[in-house]
Formats: sequence, structure tokens, C-alpha cells
Amino acid sequence: MEGAMQTPGIFSARLLIDISYFVTACLFILGLKRMSSPVTARSGIVWAGAGMVVATLVSFLYPGMSNYELIIAAIVLGSLAAWWSGKKVAMTDMPQMIALYNGMGGGAAAAIAAVELYRAAFANAAGAEAAHSTVVMSLAVVGGIIGAVSFSGSLIAWAKLQGVLNKTVRFAGQKFVNGLLLLGSLGVGVIVVMHHGADPLHVTLIFVLALLLGIAMTLPIGGADMPVVISLYNALTGLAVAFEGFVLDNAAMIIAGTVVGSAGTLLTQLMAKAMNRSLGNVLFSDFGSGGGATATGPQGSMKPIEASDVGVMMAFASKVIVVPGYGMAVAQAQHKVWEMCQLLIDRGVTVKFAIHPVAGRMPGHMNVLLAEAGVPYDLIADLDEINAEFETADVALIIGANDVVNPVARTDKSSPIYGMPILNADKAKNVIVIKRGQGAGFSGIENALFFLDNTRMLYGDGQKAAAELVNAIKAVG
Amino acid sequence: MTGIVALYIFMLAAFTGYEIIAKVPVILHTPLMSGSNFVHGIVLVGAMVALGGAVTPLEKAIGFIGVLLAAGNAVGGYVVTERMLEMFKSSGAKKTPAAHKGGH
Repeated sequence: MEGAMQTPGIFSARLLIDISYFVTACLFILGLKRMSSPVTARSGIVWAGAGMVVATLVSFLYPGMSNYELIIAAIVLGSLAAWWSGKKVAMTDMPQMIALYNGMGGGAAAAIAAVELYRAAFANAAGAEAAHSTVVMSLAVVGGIIGAVSFSGSLIAWAKLQGVLNKTVRFAGQKFVNGLLLLGSLGVGVIVVMHHGADPLHVTLIFVLALLLGIAMTLPIGGADMPVVISLYNALTGLAVAFEGFVLDNAAMIIAGTVVGSAGTLLTQLMAKAMNRSLGNVLFSDFGSGGGATATGPQGSMKPIEASDVGVMMAFASKVIVVPGYGMAVAQAQHKVWEMCQLLIDRGVTVKFAIHPVAGRMPGHMNVLLAEAGVPYDLIADLDEINAEFETADVALIIGANDVVNPVARTDKSSPIYGMPILNADKAKNVIVIKRGQGAGFSGIENALFFLDNTRMLYGDGQKAAAELVNAIKAVG
Repeated sequence: MTGIVALYIFMLAAFTGYEIIAKVPVILHTPLMSGSNFVHGIVLVGAMVALGGAVTPLEKAIGFIGVLLAAGNAVGGYVVTERMLEMFKSSGAKKTPAAHKGGH
């Protein structure tokens, strides 16, 4: 529409941009669709990647652009750093890496808002006419706040999962402070919108308050709940991108941002459901913090066992179910565990892997880790498929899992994990738990399974224990 | 584009996103979250336009940071998603542990 007023050269550039953005939006949606099925998943990211390349290249043709050397330098620097870190990161650390990249996206959306708002503020201070409508200014402010919250919140999530930040900070009236920060940043935002940008100080204040809000919101949330929070911030970043897309009149950003915003919201709900927690519960309650160990300890004692005995037990079993947890992945034991399972399979033992929905650090994370070790898919069963089979299993081998096999989730109403679906490993004839020490799980709750009569503890590092088991089974001959 | 058209786009895109995710198996939750994380890396084009139109040093500085972060989001999101999905390629068939890295 506006292109018709301009020279033919610019008109065609604008048309090319619009068509390319359209193609990009299609590629994104088709790519995401393909990623939602295991068969086509891999091609999905390639499709989406092609869309991103097209959109990026064509954006250089935007009419009236300058600072090309800065743009190229920033793209090259950002891409190289992300490429290097993304290639280097271990599969076990994937969740915090996603948090980090997501935070960067939120930060970029906030930066776009900041450029627009500062420009309006300085123009207003100089007495110029308002360039943006109230609606556009409002969207810039809201998108900027969401982006900034997602930025600082994701960085805290990253720091917590990475172990940089171990403390769970909590103080009285935390929710009150969070509410105050939110209202404060929105309130200043209203002033900025009403006064066509107001002044640079007000604009700065919006972002400072929003960044503080992201930090304050994330600090009290414990590590166990972090995946849900990362997924939430992912959805928020999408929304922020969509809002800034409205500001810049950029259809590709509106569509991609909105699709991610709604898809991410649904994904967040699915994850929370898989953990038997509601989103409100995750954000506003104290669970998953590692504290509050006031519950009475389970009765009985933990009974140790030697690797050689476990080897014999499994070698002569007819059915063994392996329950892997994040601890196995941290110890990098998945390859050794698979080697052990192959020995058992060669002896005619039926071996299955039981995966809890939140094994690993996110739903599906453990499947990725086992796939990396080369475990075929038909041996991996999820909770609903496998739970009835534990009763017929001779050995349940728990390696690095804790809360997901804790029977108090079925029995003890006072337990914070009561009601969470668990793997019924306690129903197996023998339960072997490979564990580094006697400590409690990720959630800080004592595990009643470890104290059962049919449970034996094999103490040691996951990888070493698995290696010992391999040797023990070989020794059986 | 007029406000009401933008609103329609917003609504349709929201439904699209919901429909895409609605029937996803749990095993793909993590890769899909990573994939959608990559998709909002499209913020890069907006950051490019913001920096491209920046005049004052402050605008240029913020725009530069924006493009830097957005490029990180897009490229990092792609690399980790691709690495995760790489493992789903050979599911079902017998295979050796993936020793190759992003070979293409």
C-alpha cells in the first residue's frame, strides 16, 4: 500500500521482503508440525532453519537501512558464540542451554522495544510530534516488559541448572514484592504511553523493574520445577517477539512469535501435567526447593549389596527392568548400562527401560540421552506401558533415579510428591538401587523404596557401578 | 497492515500453534521446546531493522546488543535442536552410538 508511493526499486524490494516473510512463516509452521512426530522430526528443524536463513538474508534489503557493518558484526559474533557453545554442550546440560538461548531471544525483543521507546522519549523531550500511535506504544511497552522478564528469568534458570547459582533465595512477602515490581513496571509503562515516550528516565525504569521482576520470580523456584519455568519463558519470549512484530509491522515476527507463544503455553501445561503439578503451583509454591525436610523418615535400614551378587542375580533373571534417572546421565553411565543390557539380552534375559515422564530434566530428555547411547526404541517403555510389568520382573535396576520411584507418592498424603505418578519399581521381586551416597533426591525427600525388604543398595558412581556389573555378568560366563 | 488484520493474524497463528502441539508424544517435548525456541529467533529480523534504523549512539548500542542476542537465539536454538533430533533419525533400526556430529 505504502509501497505504491515509493520508487519502483524500493517497491520491489518491499514486495520481495513480504513474499519471503510469507514463505518463512509457512516453513516455520510446517517445520514445527514435522517436529511433532518422531519420523519427520529431523527434517522439521531443517525446514525451519531454511526459513530463518531466507528471512535473515532478505532483511538486508529493507529500505532505508544503515549500519550494515554493525549488523553483520553482531550477527557474526552472536552466531559464532552460539554455534560453538551449542556444539560443545553435553546432552545432559541441554535444558539450561535452551534456557540461555531463549533468554537471548527475550533480551533481543526487549532491545527492539528499548530502541523504539528511547527514540520516542528523546523525540518527546525535544518537543517533536509523536511518531507512534497509543496502540503501538502500548504493544512496545508490554512486549518490552515480557521480553525483559524472560531475559533475566531465563538467565537465573540457566545459572541454577548449571550450578552457578545454588542458593534458593526466599524471603517473607516475596509474592508481594513480585506484584509490586510488575505493577511498577506496568505503571511506568502507562506513563510512557500516555506521554508519547515521556522521558528517557521513565523508559529506563520500565526495563529495570521488568529485569528485577524476572530475577525475583525465578529465584524462589527450585531446580525440579525449572523445566516448566523454562518452557513458560519460552512461550513468553514468543509473545514478546509477536508484540514487537506489531510495533515493527513485521508479519513474520507476529506469526512466528504467536505460534511459539501458544505452542509454548500448551507445552508448558503438558509438562506441568506430566509432573502432576499445576502451573500456579510451580510459580507460587515452595516445592522443588530442596528444603523443608521435616517429614518423618521411613522405617527400616538401607541394605548394601556387592556388584558381583547383582551380576549373578540379573544373569539368571528372566526379566530385568532398568529405571534410569538424571543421575545416570550425569555419571555418563548410559553407554555402560546399555553394554550391560546387551550382555543380558544375549543371555536371553528380557530387558526393558522404564522412563518416567520427567526422567532427566524435562519430559523426553531421558529418551534423547538413551538414544544417544544407542538403545533401540522398542526397549524403551513409558510409565503407562511398563507399570503393570514390574510385578513380573525379577529385578528392577534403579540407576540415578529417586523421586520417580518413591512409593510415598502413592501412600503418604503429607508428602510433597503425593499424587505424582511414579514407576512402581517396588513391586519387582528384587530392587537394586545404584546410588552414589545416602543423600535424598532432587526434591530433598527421603525415598521409602530404599528401605524396603526387597531393596538392596549398590553404592558407587553410576559409571563405575555399571562397569562392575558388566564384568560381573561376564564372570558368570 | 491495519490493526484488525494484525489481530486476525494473531488469532489464527495462536490456533495454529495450539494445533501443532496438541498431539505430541512426551518423547518429543524437549526437542519441540527447543525447536520453538529456535523459531522465535526470528526476532533477529526485527533486531536487524531496529539497528538498521538506529541513529544515536544509544540506539546503535542497544540495537547491536539486540542483533547479537537474537543471532545467538537463532543459531544456538538451531544447533541444539538439530543435535537432539539427530538421534531420532535412526530410531528403530540397529545403530552404533552417534559418533558423527552435525555432518552436513
